[in-house]
Amino acid sequence: MSRKRQHRIAEGSDWTFEELDRADAEIGRVARAYGLDCYRHQLEIITAEQMMDAYAAIGMPVYYHHWSFGKHFLETENRYKRGQMGLAYEIVINSDPCIAYLMEENTMAMQALVIAHAGYGHNSFFKGNHLFKQWTSADAIIDYLVFARNYIAECEERHGVDAVEQLIDACHAVSSLGVDRYKRSPPLSLQKERERQREREAYLQSQVNELWRTLPRHEAATQSGEEVRFPAEPEENLLYFVEKHAPLLEPWQREIIRIVRKIGQYFYPQRQTQVMNEGWATYWHHTLLNTLYDEGRLTDGFMFEFLQSHTNVVMQPPYNSNWYSGINPYALGFAMWQDLRRICEAPDDEDRAWFPDIAGSDWRETFDFAMRNFKDESFIAQFLSPRLMREFRFFAVLDDDARAKLEVSAIHDDPGYRALRLKLSEQYNLGSHDPDIQVWNVDLRGDRSLTLRHFMHRRRDLAPDYERVLEHLAYLWGFAVRLEQQNEDGEVTLLAERMHDRRRGATE
Amino acid sequence: MTVRIVDRRQDSRNKSSINRSRFIRRFKGQIKKAVADAIAKRGIRDLENGEKIGIPGKDIGEPHFRHGRGGRREIVHPGNDRFVQGDQMDRPQEGGGGQGKGQASNEGEGLDDFVFTLTRDEFLDIFFDELALPNLVKRQLARIDEYKRVRAGYTQSGVPTNINLVRTMRSAAGRRMAIGGPYRRRLRELQNELESLLDEASPDPDEIARLRHEIAVLRAKQEAVPFIDPFDLRYSNRVRIPQPSTQAVMFCLMDVSGSMDEATKQMAKRFFMLLYLFLNRNYEHIEVVFIRHHTIAEEVDEDTFFHSRETGGTIVSSALKLMYEIIQARYSSSMWNIYGAQASDGDNWDSDSPGCRDFLADSILPVVQYFAYVEITEAEPQNLWREYEKLVSTHAGVFAQQRIVAASDIYPVFRELFRKKLA
Repeated sequence: MSRKRQHRIAEGSDWTFEELDRADAEIGRVARAYGLDCYRHQLEIITAEQMMDAYAAIGMPVYYHHWSFGKHFLETENRYKRGQMGLAYEIVINSDPCIAYLMEENTMAMQALVIAHAGYGHNSFFKGNHLFKQWTSADAIIDYLVFARNYIAECEERHGVDAVEQLIDACHAVSSLGVDRYKRSPPLSLQKERERQREREAYLQSQVNELWRTLPRHEAATQSGEEVRFPAEPEENLLYFVEKHAPLLEPWQREIIRIVRKIGQYFYPQRQTQVMNEGWATYWHHTLLNTLYDEGRLTDGFMFEFLQSHTNVVMQPPYNSNWYSGINPYALGFAMWQDLRRICEAPDDEDRAWFPDIAGSDWRETFDFAMRNFKDESFIAQFLSPRLMREFRFFAVLDDDARAKLEVSAIHDDPGYRALRLKLSEQYNLGSHDPDIQVWNVDLRGDRSLTLRHFMHRRRDLAPDYERVLEHLAYLWGFAVRLEQQNEDGEVTLLAERMHDRRRGATE
Repeated sequence: MTVRIVDRRQDSRNKSSINRSRFIRRFKGQIKKAVADAIAKRGIRDLENGEKIGIPGKDIGEPHFRHGRGGRREIVHPGNDRFVQGDQMDRPQEGGGGQGKGQASNEGEGLDDFVFTLTRDEFLDIFFDELALPNLVKRQLARIDEYKRVRAGYTQSGVPTNINLVRTMRSAAGRRMAIGGPYRRRLRELQNELESLLDEASPDPDEIARLRHEIAVLRAKQEAVPFIDPFDLRYSNRVRIPQPSTQAVMFCLMDVSGSMDEATKQMAKRFFMLLYLFLNRNYEHIEVVFIRHHTIAEEVDEDTFFHSRETGGTIVSSALKLMYEIIQARYSSSMWNIYGAQASDGDNWDSDSPGCRDFLADSILPVVQYFAYVEITEAEPQNLWREYEKLVSTHAGVFAQQRIVAASDIYPVFRELFRKKLA
């Protein structure tokens, strides 16, 4: 009896540092046995208050200061104090070493759950998935955030809090148009960042002058062509374009735009892989802890507590429930990974017909393949099985503002499976989720105004916010800014135009 | 390989406090308005707590390019319980909640108020932003004549009443141990020697006598160590530290003659409330004295003060005299900081006004920290105002007066009266 007890982990509800250590060692042993490849990780014990702080700063341990984070903090605090929400059990940071927060108030069972979920689940996903590998520099992000915070604090000292705040407001407003979707940005490095920052100031300033150049030679060249557009090709990364080409910005302003852009870029893969990533982490905490239980290292009490939290996390309320607020990424992701393993290990005829390549294959290999090479959109398009669509009882609703009624366009039946899967996949396509707005033209020879064009897709219009976004953009650009809309027939209409009054801006 | 565990609990707790103060700074305008609204709803003494306030959600939204509601959209929902392909249904009502709420989901504008809780300090900071109590600092520093005695350890000298018995006995015991120790040790040795000598077959009688003598001498010495010695005495020590006065009394003087109607009284109430709240921030303890008057003045409780009506003429000096009497009787010591606030519609018996002015200047203003007069009237300034006006220049810093026409003036007037003056 007593010998067996020694091998048990996470007994009792209070945690100690030794117990955390042992739990982590055991979970890690099982994770390695399953072949999970992780960054080193670091567990940080924090209080509930600090958890709210972390919330407000999107989980990052270091972040620049801005009122909007204060707003998030107040919001969280208010809801937490009123008991409307519990705090998330875990926040994990995609860095190397990977940092996972453990909240002081949690029981030992919850801590073990978080260690398995964040320390091994998310961690291995960050390390393996191609988007994270390609787009984020896990080893440099913390350093970069430190650099960013210090740089912005310095700017606040030099140029005043108000000026910096106005700039960051403007950057945040267009930050959704601040990511490169297709080309990889160079890895971050703190030292290079510092070294290059000064060079860049000088260089950028010299580049901008292109917009000012009004020498006759230049004019002669452009007059020969019909109409020369600048940029030659439409540019989708608006923040990048502003950083490089806005005529009147000071070097420090360009640097701050770059900081907001870089951090936005860092978070972009997380938005693209929510279902996969959360599902993966949930699948692995479930598997790792169940394996430990089967080995006799966890008590029944532990498992009850663990399963209760687990089932809460993966609950999917139906569309007509009061609790419904869209598809729960934890539920869908967890179910898909579980289903994928089932297809590998115990396929039925339907699975063989739908997934001839993977039915009956080695599940760990298939898992790795799927985890490494997909994002939500393609993962769903590839791996969502008819059985799961039936289990979730998915149905698609078509909302066309030209028609008086909504229509159910597909349900979980034979004719509907493929359409349904495609529609769900499309729902996770960030490309169609965010409006398609591109930098169309700069009037180089005239008033230097910037023209954006919104390419309508399925006649979807823009929320009225755009007027305020344009004001922010006009502030950044320094001259008039126009927003055009091109519908699917190619007709172009002018939506709005904003002029930035620089004299007022200067005195403010 | 063991995992690295970092305990961050002791790290700075308020990482977000900068962001929080930035937020408050940015929306100060809206927050101030919300705070002013909140104040109107509260009772005079219950302005102590933090306040949950709401500011318009649209003001603080962060705009983004997003899709609107138009066009063709297809959304996949879970939990189908009745639909087959091709079913048609009505659009769910906006914000209907419950049934079919999904369709109206994540694109809501968030026009609800953004509600959050200000701490008491933040609340009062905003409320009294840029205000200062006149003469507060000066008086506090210049007139410290209250002292408080506090314990400050122990001394070796003092008066017998202050002897600290425990400390004294402790040091006596220590001294006895220190001085008696060597004797005791030697005594033990001699006694052992004596016993071993006596056990011998043929003890040496001289040696025994010598040992017995030495033992007797040591015993005498040991008993000569005094049980208590003047050296042991310890006295509790107390020191006097200056005690700035932390209490204030606030006199609310109001005219309840026939010319003051309910609305005017409500305005006066708001003004008194502000003053109470403001003083409360600066003093630990505040008493409020309500004096109402028509031709004669009387001290009343809060409820009567604000709600009962009287009719008749007006003699303001009666209230001032009563205030002076109360100060003499109850608040004469220097421990009290005295503030007076008088609200009236300015209507006074003509020949009384000069007397009011003189009485105020001679008797009241010298003993109070500040006296503020507000005249609540839409008409021309009345005779009381004109008389008081002469005091403004001669007693600058102690006396001030302002006019209130509408409820919206109250706060600005209050701010004007207590505005921070540059030194």
